[in-house]
Formats: sequence, C-alpha cells, structure tokens
Amino acid sequence: MTHYDKSTIADLVDGRLEWPQLKAMMSNFKDPDRFDTYIAVLQERVPWDDQILLPLGPHLFVVRKADGSIVTKSRSGYEFGDYRQNWKLKARIRVRDTEASLQELYPAMMHCTPGWMELREYIDPLDGTLLEVEAVPPGYPIIHSFQPDLETFYREWLGREL
Amino acid sequence: MTMTSDTTAGVGIGWGKRSLRSMLEESERLFAETGRYYGIERLTLKEEDPIRYEKLFSRLRGGMVNARETALNISASPIVREIGELCFALYTPEGDSITLSTGIMVHVHTMSDAIKWMIRNNYEENPGIEDGDIFCNNDAFIGDVHNADVQDILPIFWEGELIGWAAGVTHVIDVGAPLPSGMPMGPIHRYEDGFMLSAQKVGSKNRLHRDYELRCQTAVRLPFYWMLDQQTRIAGCQMIKEAVHRVIREEGIETYKRFIREVIEDGRRSFVQRVKELTIPGTYSVPSFMDVTFGGEAGRLPPEAAKDTLMHAPLTVEIGSEGEFKVSFEGASKWGYHSFNAPPSAMQGGLWVLLTQTLVPNDKVNDGAYFAIQNNLPYGSWANPDNKFCSVSIAWVYLIPGYSGIFRALSMAYVGRGYLEEVIAGHPGTWNMTQGGGPNHYGQPGAWTNFEMSSCGTSARYVMDGEDTCAAMWNPEGDMGDVEAWEILEPLLYLGRRIRPNSFGPGKFRGGSGFESIRMVYNTPNQVLYNLGEGNVFLGTGLFGGYPAFAGYRQSIKHTDMARRIAHHLPYPISDEDPENSQMIAHVEGVLERDKRTIHLPDPHAEYDLYLSVLRGGNGLGDVLERDPTAVVRDLNEGYLLPRFAASTYGVVAFQNAEGEWELDAEATEERRAAMRRERIEQSIPVEEWIAQQRTRVEQKDFIAPVRQMYQESMSLSPTWAAHFRSFWGLDDDWSL
Repeated sequence: MTHYDKSTIADLVDGRLEWPQLKAMMSNFKDPDRFDTYIAVLQERVPWDDQILLPLGPHLFVVRKADGSIVTKSRSGYEFGDYRQNWKLKARIRVRDTEASLQELYPAMMHCTPGWMELREYIDPLDGTLLEVEAVPPGYPIIHSFQPDLETFYREWLGREL
Repeated sequence: MTMTSDTTAGVGIGWGKRSLRSMLEESERLFAETGRYYGIERLTLKEEDPIRYEKLFSRLRGGMVNARETALNISASPIVREIGELCFALYTPEGDSITLSTGIMVHVHTMSDAIKWMIRNNYEENPGIEDGDIFCNNDAFIGDVHNADVQDILPIFWEGELIGWAAGVTHVIDVGAPLPSGMPMGPIHRYEDGFMLSAQKVGSKNRLHRDYELRCQTAVRLPFYWMLDQQTRIAGCQMIKEAVHRVIREEGIETYKRFIREVIEDGRRSFVQRVKELTIPGTYSVPSFMDVTFGGEAGRLPPEAAKDTLMHAPLTVEIGSEGEFKVSFEGASKWGYHSFNAPPSAMQGGLWVLLTQTLVPNDKVNDGAYFAIQNNLPYGSWANPDNKFCSVSIAWVYLIPGYSGIFRALSMAYVGRGYLEEVIAGHPGTWNMTQGGGPNHYGQPGAWTNFEMSSCGTSARYVMDGEDTCAAMWNPEGDMGDVEAWEILEPLLYLGRRIRPNSFGPGKFRGGSGFESIRMVYNTPNQVLYNLGEGNVFLGTGLFGGYPAFAGYRQSIKHTDMARRIAHHLPYPISDEDPENSQMIAHVEGVLERDKRTIHLPDPHAEYDLYLSVLRGGNGLGDVLERDPTAVVRDLNEGYLLPRFAASTYGVVAFQNAEGEWELDAEATEERRAAMRRERIEQSIPVEEWIAQQRTRVEQKDFIAPVRQMYQESMSLSPTWAAHFRSFWGLDDDWSL
C-alpha cells in the first residue's frame, strides 16, 4: 500500500518536490492515509488552534471552533461564518470592469470586454490575500463554488464521526 | 421505415442467434435494474485468474494502440499524421467500448452511440449486417461531435456470430460544406454542415462500394485526402479484427465473451472507487461562458443569426455518498442559429475524454466510466438541442468552454483530500483556430484546418506553473506539427512562430504559455481565412485567486508591401508580441484590421496579406502576490512576460542591468507588494454592500443585449435556474428580463 511520510507531504504542500517525484505520485496508487497526514501538516502551518476539518484552498479551511461550531476560516484568521454558507458573502470584493483596471493584468485587446464580462476579486478582509477570482457577465449571481457534504465525507467515506 | 422488434431467439446475428436489439435491450434492462453493467455481480474471471485477466486486457489494448500507430501512416493528412487526430476502439455487440487506443478519445463514446443507433434502427434487418461490411458515420445527432470527425465501424464475427465491433475515427480536412474547411463557421442549419453520412453502409466484403467512392470524388474538396483517411480507418479496424480473432483463438470464445462484459463492469466500479478515493462528496459549481460575434455579419447571415450572443454553461458536479457522479448543465442557454450546437453524444464524449485525463487516467478506461456518470443536458439548450436540424459544424466551440470547469471542480476536491499533485486550474480554449480555403498553391480548390491549436498551454498546477505549448483538452497527446508540414497543405507561409508574452493566466503559479504564428498568404491569388476563439469573454477562470488566460482578438494586415520587402531584402515581421507595441504592425505597410470579432465568416485575403494567430495559454492558480519574484524576473528574461506587467500584476520591481538582463529589486518588491495588499483592502468593499449596489443594476436590467438574451434564455428554459437568479438578487417571483 502506498504511503508517504509527513515530510514528503509537507514538501508537496510547499511545492518543493521535483517533477519526477510529483509525476511518480500521479502515476502511483494513491495513499489512503494522505488526508490525515495532509491535515497534520496544514494544522502546523496555521497561526490558530481551531481544528481543520477540510481545506478549501491554500488560504481557506473548514474548521471546528472551540465552541463546536463549524465555520470557514482563512489562514489570516478571518472567519466567514457557517461553512454551509458561501464564504464569499463575508469577503471583500473588487471588480475589474474597466479597460484601465483590466490592463493592469492583460495587454490591450487581450482582456474581456467590459459589459460582456467582469473579473470579481474576492479578498481576505484581514490581510488582503486574493482568495478567488470569478470571470462572469455583469449581474451573474455570486458563485458558491463548493458545498461539501462534510458529514457524509467523515462518517461514510472516512468512517469516523465528524 | 417500419420498425420491428425482434427479441426472439433463433433468428439474429448476435450471441445464441439472438438479435442485436434484444441483446441491447437486455443490457439496458439489467443495468436499470441492478446499476451494474449487464447485472454482473462478481468479476469471476478477474477473481479466478487475475493475471490472465490483465493479460487479456493488455493484449486487446495493445491491439488498439498498434492499429492506430500503424494505420496513421496511410493517411496523407497532416491532421492525422502529424497531430494524431485519430482513435480506434473495440466494442461489445451492444456497442459498449471495451478498450481503446490513444488519440482523440472523445470518440470512444460517440462511436458507441453510433453503433447503438444502428442497432435500435434494426440495421440487422435492413440494410443488413454481415462479415466484411463497412459502415461510415459523421452525424452528430447519431453519435459524433461534428461532420469533420468521420467514423468507420466494422462488425467483428466469429463462426457466424457477431461478437463485437471495431471502429476508428479521423478528423478530415474538408467536409464539402458550402464554406471550405472541415469545421466551417457560418452554417446555421445542418443542411450547410457538409457531406453527411448517417451511419451508412459504404462497403461490403471488405471493399468500399464503387458508388460511394465515386460520390466522394465530388462530395468534398480534396477527395484524395478523404479517401486516404478512409483507408486509414478501415486498415486500423481490420487490424483490430485480426487482434480479436487471435485472442479468441488462444483464449476461447467463451472466455472472450465473459471478459468483455466483466471488464466494462470493472471499469464502472473502478470509476466509482476513484471518485470515493480522490474526491469529497458535495456540489461543485463552475460556470463558464462563450461569446459569438456574428453581429458583424448582417447581410451575410439572416437576422436570426447575425447577432452577438453569449453562451451560458452553468456546469455543476454533484458527488453523492455512494460515489455517484452527476454532471448538470441546468440553466444552460438555448441552442442557436450558429455552428456551435453540441448534441448529447458530443457532450458525453467531451466529458469522457476529460475524465480520462484526471480522474481515471490509470486504470481500465472504457464505457464503464460512462455507465458510472449521470448527465443532465437540458432539452432545448445548446447542449441538447430540440431542433435536430441546427448546425453542429464546430460543436467544440461550446463544448470546450462548457466543460472548462471540470478540472477546476475536481481540483477543489483534490485539494480537500490532499492529492495536490492532481490539481490543475482548468483547460484553456484550444484556439485561435486558423482555417481557410480557396485556390491552393497547387492550382486546385483547397480547404484546410491548422491543428497547431492542439498545443496550447496547460493551466497552472497547485505547486508549479502550467506547461507551455503542449496540450488540447480533446487530444491529450498534443503536437503543434512542423511548420513545413502545414505549408505543404496551406498556401500560407509561416513568417514566425514563437512564445507569446502574457498569453497565460497570472497567479502564484502561472498558466503555461501559448504561442503566436505570423502567416503570409502566398502563391495563391486569394484565400478566405477564419479566426475562432473567445474574444469578449475569458474562457473559465483560474483557481484559488489565479486569473484566467487572455481573451483573443483578430488581426490581419491586408494590401501589404511584403512583395516589395522580399524583393529588396527589407525587414519584415517575424513576431507580434504586444498589441500595444505590435512588431507585426511596425514592420509592414498595409491596412490593419484588428478587433474582438474572433468568430466570423470567411474573411477574404489576397497574396502577401498577413494574418496573426495567437494560441491560448492556461489559467493561473493562487494569489499573484505570492509568486516567487525570481520566477517573474525569469519570465521577463525569457520573453514570457511583458516588462510593464511585472509591477502592475505581480508587484515585482525589476531593473535592467548593463547587459540588458532583468534583475530583481527585492526590497522595493516587498514594499510594493505590501502596498498592493493595502490597496486591495482600500479599493474593495464588503460583498454584502456590493450586492445591494448591483441589485439596482439588475432590477434596471442594465445589461448589453447578448448578456440580457443569455439570462432570458436560461431563465426561460430552466425554472430552477430562474428561481436561483431571482432568489440571489431578492427579486419577485414574477420578475423576468
């Protein structure tokens, strides 16, 4: 059964694995204990003590607080509320919908046309980290990108209580 | 045609003299009743002798790959020979794929649909199915993506019994449509899509029918290529038949019969297992959009077609507790009078080829994966048109953006589980697609599609930049082809082909780079050219703060002085690089045509006119301010990044040394990045406040026409999506656009 030690997973998280090693990981059978090792690595990297239940990205986590509530929380420590709600609703937003703002990122002619589409930047209110970018037409409802079925994942797939 | 149902034993060509239709009906009934392929409970062959089971699979799989690698040499088309736009597969009598070669694997399931269509329409009775028959199909509403992908399907018999099908597909150069090329833009009905073969019997006794061969001579431009492609497909299928016969001679027919059913159920179980092994149950929402710029074609297209439109692909993936994998386009916009509608067969094939590149790349890839997936393709939408006479000439134009969220959805799951090595920020649009036609450099009516688009950049991974110029979502073995090979087919010379700066999506890890080709029409009096790609919108987006790759544009310079420049050995453009400082424009005199009409009808060009094609890169991943500053400087020095974007995008301050090389100012970079983080907070507002502001705009329906029409179509086709839209903006139940 495939197994990687904690330092290897830490190197994976940090992007320190060389391509041949990464490619071998892709081609090999998956290591069933990855989740626990991964969570242990991440838990050591965050500046707070809440228990990570599910990573949502490099800076976002579903965590259990000391009072037992489960919320979405960023690495900076900002809490976005109940994990079942779309965390973006509690973030800050900056919209690139003018040629000038789009041309900070793309040469002229190589960006979307304002009116057809806009770039919405969802920003961590505490440290200004850019958490997600939506590319949508004006008026498009904010996307709830991922709604995890956390209870099923823990109880039925991992075989343990949430 | 009178349809008859034959479910009695003793008269058919299937197993035990049953009809193929009764076998298919039984297969579908057993799957519906049990959820397992053919109702199989135990994989007895695998359990009893796993080594033999694996050897059997390997031998059949090897037969497919061998057929492809050998047969492609028969073709004269660079699309097939250089790019590898072909694929072969083996099917059960009911039309379910057992194993396949590499190549354009999207068609493994489309050809399954075509076989089942023949079975359901009782081909067994009329026109009959006999050993040595050859059936040909390129009808997307039967089982295909579009007319350019032509399939040959040959029955495989053993001792008088049909034991399966061999099938092969190639992408052809021209389909004999009113407009030249394999995938003309401009058809708005299927009558204009070109030569169509609706699962037609075109040969028997292992020979093509003479009447069919003669018809092909005038049905398409360049019949020479058409016929050699056909011989390629038939030769590959004959090799598959021989490979299957060899296996049966050595293993016995009963073992073969058990194996082909078990291996599909094995594939289904493997898919479900992988879902549970790698993902997180839940719902993933990854919508995308695509613009069609036919608004500039008034007078060339009828009013219902000559307008700008926006496609809506509200893709969701729902993963259930038992590993159920449901893919839905609920809320998709309507089919339209353009060339980009995608019938269900195309959609299912497109999904299938994507999943083989991420979720199920390693195990037994066959129709087992298809049986493990549930699709919701709303009837009447672009993904399942309720008009069977709409055009599908380039269904990929909607299919590629439509599925651009699949990799991102799965990547969110992989991040949850910790399988970061699998994470990738979506796939790019595989364009600009350059096509054209007219009198060619051999003095013949010509048509061509340049497939260098199969080497776009890949999107960024979780831990590294995307790869440059190497891939297409529809062909995992992307190859741009040699310029010399394309120049044999096309009356255009390459003046340059090189990495295109800023063609990737920015991020902590940037997408792989695209490239640019500068073409000059040469040795022909005239040639029509097309562009194809998104222009007013981005295709998908990045992940975790990464930005999407660039949106395209159209650029030609006509009536140039290139003939004079060549005659007098004067400088001429070999690159373009930056639209704001175009080297192409700077180094030639002529009439510039440049705009965002990236989808248009054939555009006349004359000899020495120049045409720019900018091939897409991949999306970015992660926050740009976390990108290693030295990687930004490396991108500057290697020509991947235009200098002004180092600071404006990445907050990296760099300067050029005496040798002209860029160097990092680490301290200034740190200060600038800190300032940019502060600016983000200062320039942003709380989302709840923004929603309140935007609600007014929505209430006033303040959208440009294509956006308004998109919302109208989605809300009218899907009450569910309409309710979602109204609910989000707090609108009344009767609010409409």
